[in-house]
Amino acid sequence: MDILSLFVVLPVLVIIALVFTKGLKQARQIAMLGSIIQLGMAINLLFAYLKEQSINDSIFVFTRDIVWFEELNIHYNIGVDGISVALILLTSIIVLAGVFISWKTYDLPKEFFVSLLVLATGVYGFFISIDLFTMFLFYEIAVIPMYLLIGIWGSGPKEYSAMKLTLMLMGASALLLVGILGIYFNSNADGGPLTFSILEIAQVNIPFEAQKLFFPLIFIGFAVLGALFPFHTWSPDGHASAPTAVSMLHAGVLMKLGGYGVFRVAMFLLPQGALEWSWFFIILSATGVIYGAFAAIRQTDLKYINAYSSVSHLGLVLFALLMLNKTAWNGAILQSLSHGFMTALFFALIGMIYTRTNTRDITKLGGLLKVIPFISVIYVIAGLASLGLPGFSGFVAEMNIFVGAFQNEDMFHRVVTIISVSAIVVTAVYILRVVGIMLMGPVKNESYLSLPKATWYETTGVLLLLLPIVGIGVAPLWLSDMILKSLQPFLQGVL
Amino acid sequence: MNISYLFLIPLIPLAVFLVLGIFNKKIKPAISGWIGVAGLAASTILSFYGAFQYFFVTGKLDGAYQTFTEKTVWLNFTDSLHIDLGILIDPISIMMLIVVSTISLMVHIYSRGYMKGDPGYTKFFAFLSLFTFSMYGLVLATNLFQIYIFWELVGVSSFLLIGYYYTKNSAVAAAKKAFIVTRFADFGFLIGILIIGFYTGTWDFETLNNPEGAAIANWASTSFMGLSVLTWALILIFMGGAGKSAMFPLHIWLPDAMEGPTPVSALIHAATMVVAGVYLVARLFPMYYFVEEGYVLNIVAYVGAFSSLFAAIIAITQTDIKRVLAFSTMSQIGYMMMALGVSGFDGHEGVGYMASMFHLFTHAMFKALLFLGAGSVIHAVHSNYLKDMGGLRKHMPITNITFLIAALAIAGVPPLAGFWSKDEILVAAYENSQFLYSIGILVAGLTAFYMFRLYFGIFWGKETTYAHKPKESPRSMTIPLVILAIFSVVVGFIPFSEYVTADKLGFVAHLNYPLAATAVLIGLIGIILAWIFYKKENDLAERFARAFGVFYLWASNKFYFDELYLFITRKLIFKRISAPIAYFDKKFVDGTMEGIGNKTLVVANKIKGIQSGKVQDYAFGFISGIVVLTIVFIYLWTN
Repeated sequence: MDILSLFVVLPVLVIIALVFTKGLKQARQIAMLGSIIQLGMAINLLFAYLKEQSINDSIFVFTRDIVWFEELNIHYNIGVDGISVALILLTSIIVLAGVFISWKTYDLPKEFFVSLLVLATGVYGFFISIDLFTMFLFYEIAVIPMYLLIGIWGSGPKEYSAMKLTLMLMGASALLLVGILGIYFNSNADGGPLTFSILEIAQVNIPFEAQKLFFPLIFIGFAVLGALFPFHTWSPDGHASAPTAVSMLHAGVLMKLGGYGVFRVAMFLLPQGALEWSWFFIILSATGVIYGAFAAIRQTDLKYINAYSSVSHLGLVLFALLMLNKTAWNGAILQSLSHGFMTALFFALIGMIYTRTNTRDITKLGGLLKVIPFISVIYVIAGLASLGLPGFSGFVAEMNIFVGAFQNEDMFHRVVTIISVSAIVVTAVYILRVVGIMLMGPVKNESYLSLPKATWYETTGVLLLLLPIVGIGVAPLWLSDMILKSLQPFLQGVL
Repeated sequence: MNISYLFLIPLIPLAVFLVLGIFNKKIKPAISGWIGVAGLAASTILSFYGAFQYFFVTGKLDGAYQTFTEKTVWLNFTDSLHIDLGILIDPISIMMLIVVSTISLMVHIYSRGYMKGDPGYTKFFAFLSLFTFSMYGLVLATNLFQIYIFWELVGVSSFLLIGYYYTKNSAVAAAKKAFIVTRFADFGFLIGILIIGFYTGTWDFETLNNPEGAAIANWASTSFMGLSVLTWALILIFMGGAGKSAMFPLHIWLPDAMEGPTPVSALIHAATMVVAGVYLVARLFPMYYFVEEGYVLNIVAYVGAFSSLFAAIIAITQTDIKRVLAFSTMSQIGYMMMALGVSGFDGHEGVGYMASMFHLFTHAMFKALLFLGAGSVIHAVHSNYLKDMGGLRKHMPITNITFLIAALAIAGVPPLAGFWSKDEILVAAYENSQFLYSIGILVAGLTAFYMFRLYFGIFWGKETTYAHKPKESPRSMTIPLVILAIFSVVVGFIPFSEYVTADKLGFVAHLNYPLAATAVLIGLIGIILAWIFYKKENDLAERFARAFGVFYLWASNKFYFDELYLFITRKLIFKRISAPIAYFDKKFVDGTMEGIGNKTLVVANKIKGIQSGKVQDYAFGFISGIVVLTIVFIYLWTN
């Protein structure tokens, strides 16, 4: 078994093990064990990759190619570069933190953890595959459990939210499938066989007309998951209804599939399409950046605030990808990671506040800093990280994006860049609004004075997420350089 | 010169912050106070040692002070652009080290008394250390991006300390306001940094500031709307500086920032962080001076002069003693900005630059003293308002004397520190523009007046009936007062022009007797007027206020700038932008998606009859399909 396939196999083994467990205690123990092993594997992969990278110049390392359907030339083709390694690490950390945060899932615990791990399997598979068909398959595996997780374990109008989310994502998948088939049927443009292999397609000069036609399909197909304006509306409702761990995993990991897919498929395989269409999607993504931030100012539900904040932050990822240069792309990947940790942390904290106060309405909360200091202090830190304070990962990512965006000299790029940069002010407004209303100020409700403190599993989950945020923020160089190096081959196409 | 040991200066407070922050609950307050003081004392000793080494032993080469740097790459952007972290040693960074160390140490010692018994004692010292660390990082920065990083960090420390009494709504609002207003200014700053990076290919101060270097030499190569792009960048960077330094019209956060504990006001909002804007312009002074023949310096000078006058007028009307001091700070920083704005570069022409730095230095001493004195008074009478004070000189002799020294210093009475630095500023203004000079002289008079209005109001006048008999503050608070008072007397005698100049060569400054005499005379007139108005209880002041009518009302309401900003944020941004966007999102964007979903249902309902289950219907559909397809294929083939 190779080092990468394990990432898909292990969750499946854990799922099988989970089937034989009884009750919450056993289920969560197995889930925790499995997640810890995954994290260990991810860390191991990181070091193995760093070692391999210094001696191996190929774009993807640890590759493995198994023919799956010979007639259609579908392969189980896997491999990683610095970008996927970083995202795999992100996933494993968030899954583990999610298991800790779901420590007290009394309702169908076995089924809950099984769905969570199915989702994780899909995500890992997506990040390691370098064959379009396999990639799409894993993509669907990752998206579908969402319906069950929200529909069964959710709260509020959960059926509605689950349905909305699934329908919108499925609609996007349809576009994506058409786009992928479009690439597939043009992959013989240079006389070779039809292929789904990303590396092989990248060598082919896909006709300009086809690129122009299929780029927007693939871009939108992936970007709906990345909360591209105006296709973001599934996200606030979906998050609001989802249980905590699902929100964490969804916003932290699943939404990253969007940007990653855009980068790997749309940008890499259809570079001329990207050049042709970039202006249009830049407008949409820049709108999303500023629009999400302004919309967040008016929300009162913590989860909605965070969902709109995600629209803004992930808008920045798409925006950066469309800037078509190394620095901005580096920023996009870093922002994906940074947002993953931050938003998962936010959802974890929101869940902790909700289980204690039974409300997510900030106007009903107040003075929490006095009552539950640990949770509140971490919330303040997460907020500061989210508004791009130096010393946290968000700053590193945003500065890469802004500096990268500023490398484009024409007036259009200048204007949209400045608009996007202005989001740093609006972000400060909505973050400090929450901090001011909810955490500071006098304690609003007498009954809050006796709220229980954070438990060990909550603390562990939260610190697990905070650590990389600070780590990346304080010492970004190794990560940033690792990603930069992996970006190099992808850059050739657009230049 | 070996400068590696100077890295310890910022790192010690950082370590203190981490220790106090992480073990917040486990450390006894008495111990955490000492940890804070000890850490800062170590940094202070290193700063003074470094200053001595630099100025008197190894800093000079061929008569010019050298720049020493040591740095490491922190983050790579492009092949040429990267962020370095490191330290840069030159006259102004060393001078700032002395200012930050001295004031911060005094404030640390003072806070042990002032914050005694506060439930967040340890947290308070942790925040103070965080701030001091960030401020050291800012002044030692080797490049624009590093300064921006620490710029944000001092901003957030300021936020945390203003909001220290976080259960008080006014403190929370003030903290938010300070952060958001400065963030808005930093938005400009960041764009300025991006422009500089793109057009010069570096953020390194040494490279940028080299008068013969490419950055300055090629300033005219790219222009935008009639000005060099670098001019735009410098304007935007100045916007960042104006935000931090509370220059008009970005000043509105500073008076509210007085919600923080008084030692914080002394440290952050009087002596160190608020002068960061002045420091920033001084740091980039060669660029400001050479790019577009000093175009931006004119803006700096006029913004500074206007803020200075504007704040001095408001200061006269305020009744909260800390707010008087806040406006006074704004006014004095305006002075420094004006001096920088009128400065030349070589030799004696650079007197404005020297005067600005000199005034920054002396002002830090006496303004910190004023704040700490005010804190001592507030500590004794439990109120910030002048109406609750009066006749305190008998109860608080040390506070009284030290406050008087500081007030005389800021009023420019010789031979106290403020006299020397203010005189240089007025000389610089006089040599450049009569108009700016007259504003400077007017502000000098106003300063003397409002400061002695404050002094007489607190320590003289009718004795208020106090609930608790006020008594002198404990020794931990009075010792820093005395030390700062000594500094306020002596630091004026430092021959600053030999050490800190724009061209780093040094020159000999002479007192300009006619100008000095005029300034002193104006100051004395201000003091005497205050004496007449406020020494004894009388209604003269009130009658005057009434005579000024509307103007007085405007000034006491700070010319309604708070209301203007509230209108912009609440009414325009919240109501006219944010709310419509949230509504639009719910109704239209989401509505469209819902609409598609609902339409699908409707269509599905309409067409579900097709799936009738009758074989005849299916056969009909099947045959129709074939017919249609055949037609299509025939059509395609024939074309």
